[in-house]
Amino acid sequence: MTEPTEKKKKAQIPRTPMPEQQPKVRARNFDEVPFGYTPELAKLEASRCLQCKKPVCVTGCPVSVDIPGFIWLILQEDFRGAARKLKEMNSLPAVCGRVCPQEDQCEKVCILGKKGEPVAIGRLERFAADFEQKQGEFTRPAMASPTGKKVAVVGSGPAGLTLAGDLIKKGHKVTVFEALHKAGGVLVYGIPEFRLPKAIVQAEVDYLQKLGVEVKCDMVIGKIFTVDDLMANGYDAVFLGMGAGLPTFMNIPGENLNGVYSANEYLTRSNLMKAYLFPQYDTPIARGKKVAVLGGGNVAMDSARTALRLGADEVYIVYRRSKKELPARIEEVHHAEEEGIQFHFLTLPVEILGKDDGWVCGMKCQKMDLGEPDESGRRRPIPIPGSEFVLEVDMVVVAIGTGANPLIPSTTPDLKTNKWGYIIADPETGATSKKGVYAGGDIVTGSATVILAMGAGRKAADAIHKYVMGEQARSGEQGA
Amino acid sequence: MFPIVDARLLAASVKQFRVAAPEIAEKCKPGQFVVLRTHEEGERIPLTIADADPSAGTITLIFQEVGKSTMYLGKLKTGDSILDLIGPLGRPTHIENFGTVVCIGGGIGIAPVYPIAKGMREAGNKVISIIGARTKDLLILEEEMAKVSHVLKVSTDDGSYGYHGFVSDVLQDVIDEGDPIHLVVAIGPVPMMRVVCNVTRGKNLKTVVSLNPIMVDATGMCGACRVSVGGRTRFVCVDGPEFDGHEVNFAELVKRQRAYLDQEQQAAKMFLHPGDACAGGKSG
Repeated sequence: MTEPTEKKKKAQIPRTPMPEQQPKVRARNFDEVPFGYTPELAKLEASRCLQCKKPVCVTGCPVSVDIPGFIWLILQEDFRGAARKLKEMNSLPAVCGRVCPQEDQCEKVCILGKKGEPVAIGRLERFAADFEQKQGEFTRPAMASPTGKKVAVVGSGPAGLTLAGDLIKKGHKVTVFEALHKAGGVLVYGIPEFRLPKAIVQAEVDYLQKLGVEVKCDMVIGKIFTVDDLMANGYDAVFLGMGAGLPTFMNIPGENLNGVYSANEYLTRSNLMKAYLFPQYDTPIARGKKVAVLGGGNVAMDSARTALRLGADEVYIVYRRSKKELPARIEEVHHAEEEGIQFHFLTLPVEILGKDDGWVCGMKCQKMDLGEPDESGRRRPIPIPGSEFVLEVDMVVVAIGTGANPLIPSTTPDLKTNKWGYIIADPETGATSKKGVYAGGDIVTGSATVILAMGAGRKAADAIHKYVMGEQARSGEQGA
Repeated sequence: MFPIVDARLLAASVKQFRVAAPEIAEKCKPGQFVVLRTHEEGERIPLTIADADPSAGTITLIFQEVGKSTMYLGKLKTGDSILDLIGPLGRPTHIENFGTVVCIGGGIGIAPVYPIAKGMREAGNKVISIIGARTKDLLILEEEMAKVSHVLKVSTDDGSYGYHGFVSDVLQDVIDEGDPIHLVVAIGPVPMMRVVCNVTRGKNLKTVVSLNPIMVDATGMCGACRVSVGGRTRFVCVDGPEFDGHEVNFAELVKRQRAYLDQEQQAAKMFLHPGDACAGGKSG
């Protein structure tokens, strides 16, 4: 369709930058960093898309969004149409447009990226979703007629919300059980406001509720009801999407001193409880002046940038490997650097030091060297003898990863878990060892990404649909 | 929303709410607690379930007004509602027929001891209860405790009622009487639990305490409530709240409980004197 010369011309348009807050300004507020595209910028960026006949970008998206389709609608200035197109495959486009690691997914395989910069698919997705949210008009997608089947979803994070959206459209009755007082999982308690405004998550949850999804907060499954209770209470299937929310500590001396937080606690206080607005909000939070964040993932970057916004003078990322091995998104590391976060690479904390009153006053660290690659393929850090030094800090946030909360497995005896406590589930269907019980997201894979959890929710929704519809669906499957 | 079906004053600044929460009432066991949030800007605070009536669909919460959130809660009346109520949380008390159990409650700690004493009695134990308060006006649940105990002893720090002294002194007397004791359960302020443990340690008397650290989610996802027990870090919300009192690092617990003292005082002051300068944008 497109002539080669025209293609070349398109490839020469530079990738459209997204306007954002200046680093010095934004490092002291909790407002979102990027402002998002204007309609003009969105159209300009959309014009770069080659509209490939066999779009590889779609294969790079874990939920197979029709990327050229929605981008074409943006080019036609049908922004709401673009949002509807996105929502055919993705229930949370405003979220995904912001937090997906597009550089490893859709944008990684974009043809334009071979010679220049890929189309900014994430930014365009965000634009269309935001546009629709701002319009405030609710468009009901095609819904199947009621099947009379009931599905319980445990956890309202990305996996559970995606699955709920899919199943409600297929005509099932869906109830989401959330342990916290707000739905969204890591989207509300983990990812800070400056990366993902909570109003956006709430709007996505509201949308699902308008479609008929029942969301019950304050329900700790495993305590108020077990999975077996849910099955006995008439649910035809149960989906477990409660994530990997168990904090990991270093197990070094001094970790129980005041001023030492797990990243989960620190971010939950700040994001979910809005402790950054204390005393308008009641939850307090320590405001360290010199803060060390242990770890190198996105959660570490979020914690460090939060500490800065809470008034820290200096914030250090302390990571035992080198910059090359940082597991965080490049964009997040870049944002952190711009805002003035300092990095201590090849540094291992060995002890947290405290004052008599029980508060942190320093951290003993050891310098590391990189040895041979380990099982994970990353070079193993080896301590350098005699290299100990003390980093003067008054707060420490431990962001070295999370594990599986044992609450549900321990109250569901016939649910098989692996040696780390993650639920064993079929990667294609989410089926667990227990009949009628499916699982997906971080509780199966360990900490991963929002979009992978959504992909798992999507696959499990298909499998649950077939399961609850029984023979009827099975014969249809054979015909397909 | 969870309606308060009955609110009453038990003692000076101590209040008792019966709250409609049928699912929690049905499921909860002695030793468990709830986390609640009173309003949108509110914090999450833990309170022990002092009693439950599954047929009426209610649970009983008893609390002392010690800061902003409990004072806010205390302003609620019969017919008002609590925004969020999450539970039952924590492990239930291990209840079986041990023989003779001494149940000790100090101050507001009498509230969590009551369901345990009741459970121990129902399980066939001889229940000796010791309850105490700073002064007579702060003593709660005397009648209820009398009903579920074979022996009830009362003390006040200032001698205004019952034995003049601490519950630990009364415990020492009970021990000195020489009858066999199979288990001691002590709940109250940390200094009280610590002293009780010092009394029982020498006699090798198994002593269970219920810890009250700072909590946020109370489902095991944050570790705010971590304590050292027997040299290991445990999360009180999921591994407890009850632990072997002889293994608990009380000194660490006390320090951690005081982590937000400044902010707590600031919030309470603003709540009591909302007109003051630099008060936040919220009314009581």
